[in-house]
Amino acid sequence: MFITKLLKGFAIVSLATTIPFVASAEWTPKKPIDFVIMAGKGGGADKMARLMQSVITKNKMSPMPLTPINKSGGTGAEALVHLKQKTGDDHTIMVTLNSFYTTPMRQSKLGIDVMTFSPIGRMAEDTFLLWVKSDSGITNVDEFVAAVKATKDGEWLMGGTGSGSEDNILTDYLNETYGLKIKYIPYKGGGAVAKALAGGHIQSTVNNPSEQDGFYKAGKTRPLAAFTDKRLAMYPEAPTFKELGKDFSYFMQRSVVGAPGMSKEAAAYYQKLFADVYKTAEWQSYRTKKSLQGEFLTGDGLKSYWSNAINVHKGLLKK
Amino acid sequence: MEIATLLLDGFFLAFEPLNLLLIIGGVVLGLFIGAMPGLGSVNGVAILLPMTYLVPPTSAVIFLGAIYYGAMYGGAISSIMLGIPGASTAVATTFDGRPMALKGEADKALVAAATASFVGGSISVVLFTLFAPPLADVALAFSAPEEFALMLLAFATFVGLGGDDIPKTFFSIFIGLVFSAVGLDIISGEPRLIFMDLPGFFHGINFLVLAIGIYGIGEMLWTIETTKGKVKISQAHITVQRILDTLISLKNGIKVMIMGSFLGYFVGILPAAGATPGALMAYGVAKGMSKDPESFGKGNTNGVLAPEAANNAASTGSMLPMLTLGIPGSPTTAILLGGMVIWGLDPGPMLFVEHKEFVWGLIASLYAANFFAVIINLAFIPAFLWVLRMPFTILAPIIFVLCIIGGYAPTQDMHDVWLMLVFGIVGYLMRKLDYPMAPAVLAIVLGPLAETSMRQSLLMSSGSFEIFFFRPISGSIMAIAITLLFMPLINSFNKTMRREISSWPL
Repeated sequence: MFITKLLKGFAIVSLATTIPFVASAEWTPKKPIDFVIMAGKGGGADKMARLMQSVITKNKMSPMPLTPINKSGGTGAEALVHLKQKTGDDHTIMVTLNSFYTTPMRQSKLGIDVMTFSPIGRMAEDTFLLWVKSDSGITNVDEFVAAVKATKDGEWLMGGTGSGSEDNILTDYLNETYGLKIKYIPYKGGGAVAKALAGGHIQSTVNNPSEQDGFYKAGKTRPLAAFTDKRLAMYPEAPTFKELGKDFSYFMQRSVVGAPGMSKEAAAYYQKLFADVYKTAEWQSYRTKKSLQGEFLTGDGLKSYWSNAINVHKGLLKK
Repeated sequence: MEIATLLLDGFFLAFEPLNLLLIIGGVVLGLFIGAMPGLGSVNGVAILLPMTYLVPPTSAVIFLGAIYYGAMYGGAISSIMLGIPGASTAVATTFDGRPMALKGEADKALVAAATASFVGGSISVVLFTLFAPPLADVALAFSAPEEFALMLLAFATFVGLGGDDIPKTFFSIFIGLVFSAVGLDIISGEPRLIFMDLPGFFHGINFLVLAIGIYGIGEMLWTIETTKGKVKISQAHITVQRILDTLISLKNGIKVMIMGSFLGYFVGILPAAGATPGALMAYGVAKGMSKDPESFGKGNTNGVLAPEAANNAASTGSMLPMLTLGIPGSPTTAILLGGMVIWGLDPGPMLFVEHKEFVWGLIASLYAANFFAVIINLAFIPAFLWVLRMPFTILAPIIFVLCIIGGYAPTQDMHDVWLMLVFGIVGYLMRKLDYPMAPAVLAIVLGPLAETSMRQSLLMSSGSFEIFFFRPISGSIMAIAITLLFMPLINSFNKTMRREISSWPL
């Protein structure tokens, strides 16, 4: 009995101390912010999330720390369900990518409508390239197509992050466009995919620059072509698929979203926070270094960007 | 020779006054963080990461390395003293460390844990120094089939070498595997085994919830029942003489410590595995090497030596894929990786070439941290033992509160606290019925890893199981695993045969 009284006492005291903060004009976080990462460790999203966290901490931009949590299960389904459960929570935000659109489409059972999530900021659009091992002898897309056709059906392996993800869509695209039978193997994160390629367990990847660049610099992997509109400054030798006569480009959003039903004040706080992160020298230099594209988008601009992307993905998934 | 010079430079760096101070401070902090249930090296490194922006990158990583090592030592403390795994890596230490404390040998268990940690740390640093580049290739050679074979081997060590009742061991493993399957399907993302549609099951069952439930709550219930609350847990007194005696008696365990170090190091290297599976596997093998496997789980010193040597060795090992491939081998190294990105270092194949002084400074400081951790740890043992002199009526509520914190901390979901209490009761019943509980913990840790790698392999091979047997590395590991699985059968067959032969009239 004593304990319950004591607990009640604590509750009253802690309420009393938090009320003045609530009443003050500007909303600020009251406890550490859960920073959910919708992908596995070592992948592009993960590296970027940890960079954002470090930038915020280093420049003391938030009074409370961000705690990164990786929830990669089921191509982001785990993270989406987690955020949905946190409806109305002002201390849960998430770094997201394109599985934000595709996973709810493929798994209607999860009952997730991403348009209800709180838009905070699109930090960049990441790019994709087609990669092979350097010692494979393949130097361009034509040789790639010939090499895949020379193997038995299903023997050419493409690694990617999760099933039904961006990497899966691009593999389907290559199969469709060039009449190939590449088999797609899902991994937990882009880091594991890059390692599997370097180890020769798979023959190709469609990784982002940030995931594959270390192996590129070490001379182990080679980019054949980029799924972008213009050649990337990092890999001037790799043409775009547009140059190769295919009218196709594909980007990945690197955005931050808040839990559905987050209070307006909290959403405004995070929107400003990430707009500031975007402006820092660290973020800008990372953008240049990794050939990231896309400007900062927030609020309604980000929402209409999403509804556009959802339509595009509906089309891609139908094929 | 080049490596020796580089390492020496590293040592000079580690012994600069600022860095030395950071090492000692980091070890002490890590020790306490590791000893708190629910807080492990992951949390320690995450919480203190921002502090490292005040110092140069090399000093920063030295500090974090020291915390990492300190936490590895610290995790053993609450495992032994309170029966609650202080960190996930120290789960296997509970199996025998706790019974030792109950027998009044807490000091012996603590000294054993510290010594084994030191041996594991030392061997792994030497292995790292000598073989870092070639071992990076080993890590690359491991693909999904090899990973699955390794997981099967881990299960086999618990069955084949166990010495426990085999059907009961299988039962434990299977129940652990079922729990590990709860949540979202790893490959397709479909929800599965969501009991009563409780949303808390979507993130799966965290194995610390199971371990703290079984070992913390279950153990406490058991102690209350068997002693009717009238015990003082331990009367251990500590003198320098006793520490020395214990150290001398540990020479019998040298083989076990060396085995644990090598095993832990190699498991640590493999991305995705990390220190927890390494420690569990080392425990299984130590039990198998023993002439007296029955005494495991009842307070055998070797049951503390093996996992403690392994988890420290694995923590060094897991640095290797992070530094050479940019893929963290454990959750803690994943956070270190984040730190390195902001310090402007790009982990990956080029790090050893572009930032030599950073890599070797880190290795040298790991070694220095190891050295200081063992000294500081031994010095604190009397303080830890003081905890055990408290009457059980005071200690039990403290353990209970710590268990609840430990269950809540990893996911911050009350669902897990309730689940932990249920597991506590289940653990107590399993104990009464004499079911081994370690295999269930092993299964819930390794289950998801085994499932992912098996399904990836079968996707690669279009459903053919041959992929596990017709690749050199995975084939050899599979052969060992299957032999181990059938060992109990062969043994009992041998025994019967011998009895038959000796009963034949001559």
